[in-house]
Amino acid sequence: MSLLSTWVWELDGWIVLAGSLCAVAAALLGNFLILRRLSMLGDAITHAILPGLAVAFFISESRSSLPMFIGAVIVGILTALFTEWIRKVGKVDEGASMGVVFTSLFALGLVMIVQAADHVDLDASCVLYGAIELTPLDTVELGSLEIPRAVIVLGTVTVLNLLFVVLFFKELKITSFDPSLATSSGFNSSLMHYLLMTLVAITAVASFESVGNILVVAMFVVPPAAAYMLTDRLGVMIALSVVLAIVSAVTGHIAALEVPSWFGFRSTTTAGMMAVCAGIILFLAATFSPRHGILIKFVRRRVLAWRILADDVISLLYRIQERDKTTPATPTAMRAILLADFPSLLIVLRWLQWREQIEQAAGVYALTDAGEDAAEQLVRSHRLWEQYLADHALVDTERLHDKAESFEHFTDRQLREQLNQATDSPELDPHGTPIPAEREGE
Amino acid sequence: MTRFVCLLLLATSFVLLCAPAIAFAETIHAAREIDSQQSLTDRSFSFPEWKHWSRVLFLKDYNTRIVVLGTTLLGCAAGMVGSFTLLRKRALMGDALSHATLPGIALAFIIVTAQGGNGKSLGVLLLGATITGLIGIALILMIRNMTRLKEDTALSAVLSVFFGAGVALLGVIQQMKEGHAAGLESFIYGKTASMGAADTQLIAGAAATCIIACLLLFKEFKLLCFDDNFAGSSGFPVVSLDMILMALVVIVTIVGLQAVGLILMIALLVIPAAAARFWTESLLKMFIISGSLGAISGFIGAEMSAIFSRLPSGAMIVLVCTLFFVISMILGTSRGVLQRYLRRWRLNRSVDRQHLLRAIYETLESQELSRAISFDQLLPKRSWSRMRLLSEIRRSQRAEFIECVGDEIRLTGRGRVEAARLTRQHRLWELYLITHAEIAPGRVDRDADAIEHVLEPEVVAELEVLLESQHPTIPESPHELKEGK
Repeated sequence: MSLLSTWVWELDGWIVLAGSLCAVAAALLGNFLILRRLSMLGDAITHAILPGLAVAFFISESRSSLPMFIGAVIVGILTALFTEWIRKVGKVDEGASMGVVFTSLFALGLVMIVQAADHVDLDASCVLYGAIELTPLDTVELGSLEIPRAVIVLGTVTVLNLLFVVLFFKELKITSFDPSLATSSGFNSSLMHYLLMTLVAITAVASFESVGNILVVAMFVVPPAAAYMLTDRLGVMIALSVVLAIVSAVTGHIAALEVPSWFGFRSTTTAGMMAVCAGIILFLAATFSPRHGILIKFVRRRVLAWRILADDVISLLYRIQERDKTTPATPTAMRAILLADFPSLLIVLRWLQWREQIEQAAGVYALTDAGEDAAEQLVRSHRLWEQYLADHALVDTERLHDKAESFEHFTDRQLREQLNQATDSPELDPHGTPIPAEREGE
Repeated sequence: MTRFVCLLLLATSFVLLCAPAIAFAETIHAAREIDSQQSLTDRSFSFPEWKHWSRVLFLKDYNTRIVVLGTTLLGCAAGMVGSFTLLRKRALMGDALSHATLPGIALAFIIVTAQGGNGKSLGVLLLGATITGLIGIALILMIRNMTRLKEDTALSAVLSVFFGAGVALLGVIQQMKEGHAAGLESFIYGKTASMGAADTQLIAGAAATCIIACLLLFKEFKLLCFDDNFAGSSGFPVVSLDMILMALVVIVTIVGLQAVGLILMIALLVIPAAAARFWTESLLKMFIISGSLGAISGFIGAEMSAIFSRLPSGAMIVLVCTLFFVISMILGTSRGVLQRYLRRWRLNRSVDRQHLLRAIYETLESQELSRAISFDQLLPKRSWSRMRLLSEIRRSQRAEFIECVGDEIRLTGRGRVEAARLTRQHRLWELYLITHAEIAPGRVDRDADAIEHVLEPEVVAELEVLLESQHPTIPESPHELKEGK
């Protein structure tokens, strides 16, 4: 089997596990970032922690990870604080204040790091792309197992985030959707906000150290956004986002190994491909989501337009029969009257023929008996509405037709009865044409 | 307005003139330590000599001249375009856009190299960057308009996914024989110091395009920023205008990418504009201030980096911008923090004085206005603290509204006129509320309290007309006056 011939469980298994843990940890918190419209915060924090790393290095004079970790987390939290502070005190809008804070901190960090660059290898590219491929090499012995350090760190962070989300689910939910309601019912919404920010900073720093920051920025936003397209319930959304995060991590690593080989290259950056896979999942969710997808919305709108056009066609045919039989009901003539585009009209005519409401002879269409019934009900709705609008809403005679034209499509038998009663069962509509009778039965 | 620009220019020249003096002192200081061995954590600066300073400051080197000119123009153009995007609440669009250019750069390199061309030619890379940048922006707008996701989510998703794709493509490039993504990485971090004449020409061209476009379409952009619905309904092509604005952002970002790098380019688009917002309420002024701030930051940042060899220029430009932002946020004459606090403080003081005078007047109304009143009588009249009342009494005394007789306080002639006027205003408003807004007499005192401090003489005249009865004197209070508890 040529597919995944290079897959080695001892290496790739750990890589996928580290990627998935990072993805899950980020996606758990990402749901709330999206709901609070703070999606850009992940990006801002991962860029802004640079000076924290530098200061920690200057103070501790070593590259050991604990001081670096603490320094970065502190600066991460400061980023959130500064953003909030500039927004409130300076009355600058959220995006701009975030932009000011994180670019400034990044620049500061860059200057500091260059001061140390002669002596130390704080490689900026490692920061950006991450070295998820190297995770299996840096291991810690735990009992008899050799577990990569990244997996332990990310596992801890994931458990922490999971606990946070589960324990504070109610608080997070209410503070995300309605902070003022939360405050008035006794929840401390700013405490929740800063707890969330702290965890975001911790997650960003932990992931950034082991798997690089693109992955964590993508996972903060993309899987939760895909989940948001698929459901309306917060619990379901969180669960879905976790599943989608794992799927994109796994497929991302496989794609990183596999896709370049189609073009004759070896594998490429795993973190980048994981982000791309998450993007593809978001694209699919946004397009094909059964409730909010772009495609389904488009189809729904199209079908509604065709049904309205079908209604218009049969009521037009009815009026032609009623008034002057001289106008030939050819598609071209109908198109000119109904202002419809030709493909839609042909589809609708075919559909009506299939439902046996109209029949065609020598290019001219006419109503069948069934079609005449349906048309009568439509025209009855139309004219009853005209009568009602003239009687009760005092609409001008010239504007009656347009109004009734839009109401007739969703007027059922029950509504017609009520209209009939409200207008004292008229025989003629305001224009003087007879109103067809209600069909018997049913 | 021109005042501010002049001020800024003055400040700049001041800094530029002062710096050599400081530097001179520092050089002497540094000279003593110059031969100390550099250890692992030694981060001391060795200050350059005056000769070096003057060479850089007066742009005697060809290289410095090129770099400084390029960054100044770039800062100016970014500041101008940025002021529109900031008002359109699209400040972070530049962020998403600049990340979205990476896959374009990488793809352009791969395709051209595979065809046997020179993949590192600037034109090709910029073309690739522009194409994916535009695709990114289109996707953001589509996600925002066609799905239930919000703008920030769209920005963030497009940014991270495109950047991920770019990184994956760079991973592929590193394996190519012609490979070495080394040159491409300058797009992420910037390579200001090694900018060539061609780069500066490109920047100059782009900056000129942006400035001219902004000036020509100024009115249209203004409308777009403040009320796009109105712009649409008065027949302006909102979508195309939006596209033009975005195209300008694309142009600035892409030429800026290799000058100051990807992340710092965002700073140039956001920070000068945000800083300019503190100084003015007029778009034209903001536009000019933002452009000048960007230009000055570009100039100073590049100079600093040319003088001190260990300061990266891109980052220095941003830090200068940030400095300007902080100064503007504190001192800004229109929305600055200090200015707002000052305004509130002044209002509070005038409110306090009005409360004091009215309280004295209402206490003495039934008796004799020229009588003195003790501090302890005044204190329970309102919910003011002892400190606040005392300091207000002192201030009013200095303004000669009241005078102190021993422990007691008495209105002066001037104070009596003012107190009468204030009480009249208050009661007219109370009467208005009772007759026209049907508010219970027991509640009007508080409602009138909230508005009486901002009543203009015209409003008082109108109140008189409305209440028909001309009250030449002070009307009776329509409710029971609160006695000192």
